[in-house]
Amino acid sequence: MSHLEVVDLSKAFGGLLAVNKVSLAVEPGERHAIIGPNGAGKSTLFNVITGELTPTSGRVTFDGRDITGLPVYKRANLGLGHTFQRNNLFMGLTVFENVRLATQHRQRINRHWFKAVESFSQVQEEAEAILGQVGLLPQMKRLVSELAYGQQRALEIALALATKPEVLLLDEPTAGMSPGETVEMVELIGKLPRSLTMMIVEHDMDVIFSLADRITVLHYGQIIGSGAPDEVRADPKVQEIYLGG
Amino acid sequence: MENFLIQLLNGLVAGMLLFIMAAGLSLIFGQMNVINLSHGAFYLLGGYVGLSAVRQLGSFWLALIVAPLVVGAIGFVIEKFLLRRLYGGQRHLEQVLLTFGLALVASDLIQWNWGAFVESVAPPALLSGQVPLYTIQFPIYRLALIVFGLALALLLWLFLDRTRIGAIVRAGVTNAEMVSGLGINVHLVFAGVFAVGTALAALAGVIGAPITALYPGLDFEILILTIVVVVVGGLGTLKGAFWGALLIGMADTFGKAYIPQFSLFLIFAVMAVVLLLRPSGLFGLEAWSR
Amino acid sequence: MTAVATQLGRVGTWVNRQRQWLWAAFFIAALVFPFVARPYHLSLTIEVLVFAIFAMSLDLLLGYTGLPSFGHAAFFGLGAYVVGYIASTSPLALGLTSNLLVTVPIVMAATALVALAIGFFALRTSGITFLMITLAFAQMLFSIAIRWSSVTGGSDGLSGIPRPTLGIGPLSYAFASRESYYFLVLAFFLASWWLLRRIVNSPFGWTLRGIRENEQRLRALGYNTFRYKMAAFAISGAFAGLAGMLLVHFFRHASPENLYWTTSGQVLIMLIVGGTGTLTGPILGAAVIRLFPLLVSTYFDRWRTLQGLLFIAFVLFAPKGIVGLLRGERDEELL
Repeated sequence: MSHLEVVDLSKAFGGLLAVNKVSLAVEPGERHAIIGPNGAGKSTLFNVITGELTPTSGRVTFDGRDITGLPVYKRANLGLGHTFQRNNLFMGLTVFENVRLATQHRQRINRHWFKAVESFSQVQEEAEAILGQVGLLPQMKRLVSELAYGQQRALEIALALATKPEVLLLDEPTAGMSPGETVEMVELIGKLPRSLTMMIVEHDMDVIFSLADRITVLHYGQIIGSGAPDEVRADPKVQEIYLGG
Repeated sequence: MENFLIQLLNGLVAGMLLFIMAAGLSLIFGQMNVINLSHGAFYLLGGYVGLSAVRQLGSFWLALIVAPLVVGAIGFVIEKFLLRRLYGGQRHLEQVLLTFGLALVASDLIQWNWGAFVESVAPPALLSGQVPLYTIQFPIYRLALIVFGLALALLLWLFLDRTRIGAIVRAGVTNAEMVSGLGINVHLVFAGVFAVGTALAALAGVIGAPITALYPGLDFEILILTIVVVVVGGLGTLKGAFWGALLIGMADTFGKAYIPQFSLFLIFAVMAVVLLLRPSGLFGLEAWSR
Repeated sequence: MTAVATQLGRVGTWVNRQRQWLWAAFFIAALVFPFVARPYHLSLTIEVLVFAIFAMSLDLLLGYTGLPSFGHAAFFGLGAYVVGYIASTSPLALGLTSNLLVTVPIVMAATALVALAIGFFALRTSGITFLMITLAFAQMLFSIAIRWSSVTGGSDGLSGIPRPTLGIGPLSYAFASRESYYFLVLAFFLASWWLLRRIVNSPFGWTLRGIRENEQRLRALGYNTFRYKMAAFAISGAFAGLAGMLLVHFFRHASPENLYWTTSGQVLIMLIVGGTGTLTGPILGAAVIRLFPLLVSTYFDRWRTLQGLLFIAFVLFAPKGIVGLLRGERDEELL
């Protein structure tokens, strides 16, 4: 059974059909990339899977379970973690406080209204571990607004990781990054456990080819090619519309 | 049956007054994402300025022009020197707080200048008296108000839909940044919209004074009703202001006539139901929520 | 302008260093105060303490959760009328009891429930719509109070509210004197401040801060934010109700003014001037704003206008309030 599956999914915005009967499946442990030119419908597809958007027709299933009607927070609790294309962080808080919010939920201690959050040592430790994983431990006490863009992007991923998801959905993780930052980000993602199923929406071809096991290519809301990186790279249809540039 | 007809017409009167108020409020919100909490104060101010104009100049018709101009000018100044300082970044709440402070100041100053007693205002001689309608007698002034309201609605719709400036205003409702990017002086548009919005409130005040009278506290009462109208009808659209105003005007009038103890409760119940079914109002733009 | 800010910043640093001594001094002063102060000043202090609780309750909602409620007087006034109805000896009311052991739970439960009822609708929106809706609901309660004269006394309100008692059976104490009432209010103030402090620093409190900073992100992390907002609304309402109750016990009278927008406005001004999201801010704000009319009216009649202008000045130039100015550039949990 596939870990995450999308069946005949369509999403229309008024007259514009952004996603047109897309079906794809992501197997457990697989790193699946979605690519396509601007306007291909990648972000729309992504947002329907995460729950930020509702589809016009079709289904999204997770571990065989139909989650099409579930709101975002319920999907997150089932194990579907996701990042945002544009940094969507808790800007007025510190890096540590950001991750701690994710961790305290995962450890289910939110109900506590009397004890200070600092007294929950497991939460503190787990948050620090996540920060270490993405290399943000030194920036722990700094306000998010003071971070460099690449560091904020890393925090984006840290937040999603902190929920200990089964499937991690990344929306253009290297968006807006310099070449140096991109290399670091690819390294970070590459080092993530192989057991973590991933779906990555991306523009940058080098990133895709160094990380993905399978690639799906979208164009005008439809799949025009899907398969292993080499297959996709060789597909003439794909080359024509996308890899030329 | 006669009573029903009277209430129906009164409901239209209330609806038209609320429409003029809601149109102004909605227009300002649509442009600047700010709810002008001093909107009710401008109604009252318009009414009082109109009253003073009538007393000094002897003509209701002159007051009808003077009051909106004066208050509109005040609105322009407020936007230019106060509100504008809070642009850039997500400072909408602070802008609303500012208008709240202005409402407090205006409320007090109005009371200082015109006193705390209820002022009843007589309609102009031309429109006073009643006219037979089916089996009832109905005040001419109120009929005139209904006609005026409908005409104004048409005028505003034509302006927004058919003129270039209207298009700019409508574009600003959806995306102010883009409008600026097109080389149009957004600051001027904002100031203009704010001035027009407050002028509309003042106009409503002058026209409505013979019906609502003028007294301290009215500013807030009418602000609340206007707020309910835009929440129900949906912010940012003229259609929403119109139908919301009619709905609430009717509900308020019929409520007061048949279940006076609960009339306000009825209106809030309407608002609550709409919120449950369509949180952005009947005709609201879905894009915003902040 | 910046010179003033720097000076205030220096004051803030000094305050921070002298913390222990200032606390001690405060406690001693608080205990001795009623015996050395003039009755009028004692009354004022009682009012300030009551409004401090009211303002802190709004801070939980606006400062910490980011929910801009402009109708908080709804809960303040509701608390006033609920206790008034239960305790008042007027022919309109029940006149059952003024025992705090009974009234406090009832008042706080009633206001919390009403808050949940209002929140059920209002919290489906956010930002400016939420603001307008809370304004509208408060006005609704106000008009109910004015019209339902058979129960609320209409525009006259409910008089004959006795001072509260505390105890069971023969072991009852009546807080009849001004001095004893001061200590009662002081106790409630300190308890409220302590409880609210624990709440905002708890995991639950941090969830609220997360909602303020970025609700969408919090939902993406798995939080059912609606529930937390409801909880914050209920808690905030309950403390506001408590404050309302304490006010009318003191003045022995509940009036529709307690539900009016000017009261919502007052507490909002206190919060902004004091500084949101700090818990100390509202306390300072309550003192400054409550004492303001006194200081001003010797020179100038229209204190409301001046207060509005002061408010506008803070919104424009010092949006983080007095506490913000005292903290200067640093960002510690100093006050």
